[in-house]
Amino acid sequence: MLEVIIFYISALIAIGGAVMMIAQRNPVASVLYLILSLVAQAVLYIQLEALFVGALLIIVYAGAILVLFLFVIMLLNLRGEKFGYDQGKVGVATKLIFSLVLIFELAAVVHTVSRSTNLARTSEHLNPGFGSVPPVAELLYTKYLLPFELTSILLLVAIIGAVLMARRDRADKEKEMT
Amino acid sequence: MIPITHYLILSAMLFAIGVTGVIISRNLIIMFMSIEVMLNAANLAIIAFSRSLNLMDGHVFVFLVMAVAAAEAAVGLAIIINLFRNRESINADTFSLMKR
Amino acid sequence: MLEYAIISAIKIVVIIAAVLTGCAYSTWLERKLVGRFQHRYGPMYAGPFGLLQPVADAVKLIFKEDLVPDKAERVTYALAPIISFIPALLSFAVIPFGDTFEIFGRTIDPVISDLNIGILFIFAVTSLGVYGIVLAGWSSGSKYSLLGGIRSSAQMISYEIAYGLSIIGVLLIAQTLSMKELVAQQASILDWFIFRQPVGFVIFVNCAVAETNRAPFDLPEAESELVAGYHTEYSSMRFAMFFIGEYANMIAAGCVVTTLFLGGWQGPFLPPVIWFVIKVALFMCFYIWLRATLPRFRYDQLMNFGWKVLFPLALVNTMVTAWIKLY
Repeated sequence: MLEVIIFYISALIAIGGAVMMIAQRNPVASVLYLILSLVAQAVLYIQLEALFVGALLIIVYAGAILVLFLFVIMLLNLRGEKFGYDQGKVGVATKLIFSLVLIFELAAVVHTVSRSTNLARTSEHLNPGFGSVPPVAELLYTKYLLPFELTSILLLVAIIGAVLMARRDRADKEKEMT
Repeated sequence: MIPITHYLILSAMLFAIGVTGVIISRNLIIMFMSIEVMLNAANLAIIAFSRSLNLMDGHVFVFLVMAVAAAEAAVGLAIIINLFRNRESINADTFSLMKR
Repeated sequence: MLEYAIISAIKIVVIIAAVLTGCAYSTWLERKLVGRFQHRYGPMYAGPFGLLQPVADAVKLIFKEDLVPDKAERVTYALAPIISFIPALLSFAVIPFGDTFEIFGRTIDPVISDLNIGILFIFAVTSLGVYGIVLAGWSSGSKYSLLGGIRSSAQMISYEIAYGLSIIGVLLIAQTLSMKELVAQQASILDWFIFRQPVGFVIFVNCAVAETNRAPFDLPEAESELVAGYHTEYSSMRFAMFFIGEYANMIAAGCVVTTLFLGGWQGPFLPPVIWFVIKVALFMCFYIWLRATLPRFRYDQLMNFGWKVLFPLALVNTMVTAWIKLY
């Protein structure tokens, strides 16, 4: 019973946070709502016995990525800029079609998922240590070694790319000086 | 025990919200955050499957997805900073032209 | 079930009360010690040795006027002190304060919850603490606050990396993330991780000081250049909340250092809880000593130190530890 209550509250917060995030005009408030949504999702992860990944979600997203977002928002000082939602060049028809497709997609997922009997079978007995660090580590360094190593290369490329892009060109600097 | 279908439906809803955010928002930063919401929706589904099949492989996938998301955020924010330097705005509509 | 809930509730109340008292008396300790370092007495008049000074401070802060600047973003402005305060308290949930003991026929474990990812939980929770400072800086609508907020977000992200890497050596040796088992592995003094991981310890302490925004890393609130940085515009109890949050964070960092490197509650003769308190108090004195001794870093020095010294050092330490562990 308690489980169900926790699930519904977290699910509501996760969805509400995400909706508020896109509804806000002030980017800082958006970041805050996204954090709220992420924390609720971390609760869901923990409910699914994924302790390690749940902690990672908070550390990586809330602790690093979103701080970076806030940093950029403050660096650019985006307080003044206001955004409307209908200034775009996209026509109403396109928007309608897109939303209909989305709603249809959502309905299809709900329909298929709720009718399938295969998915309803959830294993009651978990392997000991499910969700803790050692099994994840073991898989990472055996079965998924190649993807793991590739991720490190990806991160390296991302670091170099970000530094290169964020650095002002020498030509730019000279232009500013004159 | 909450059936896995509940988690999948929640994940689908979050994903839809993320798509909506990318489509309707004109603010580059909010569009970017919507992409993160979509990634997280997928992660939630993966974790739910992982729990229901009693396999840890899903946790590894989520781990890798998070690493990719972090790399993406770093590069994306660098791009946003550069765009802002050129146009003094982060409204997606101002970047529809290729030249200054 | 009910018994478990009641015992947990009692534990939570006791620990929060202890932490808040600890925060109050850390301010007293700080003023006293800094006074002595500067050849003066520190607080003297409120009670014997100025022991009632924290109470007097609290009363004064409660009766101060609660000002909100005109240009502030009101909701965020009100939320920021709470956001900086709550995560600091949360991290005490997984710290083992002592050995199990028996009382009224029940065995009690003085830790609220012994998660098997304990140390990761602390990192997750403390990484949320940044938001309080950043949001305070942003929402105050003042240039000094904004600069403090930007500085602190950059500083916290930079030092978090070395912070995380510095404990990997310990975790490699201990092969567990549970705080209780980490303490259990440091039974004799030679097993303390400070002796098995000296480099990791030094990096960890540096980063802990930086993460809690204490001198010499207190750039977010640098008085001489930014007035008071992120909390320039705050007054009354909201200011007090930042203050308590900072001290709670310091105590939490002290508890983590004690558990990871200084053998936790282990020690001869005295009861475990007393040993734990002594170690944490010594670490607090170390914080204050640093503040009284060292001048503040310049911003570029801070970044260079974090990225060019601590980060590579932590990486090398991790690699060497892994290598020794393997061969």
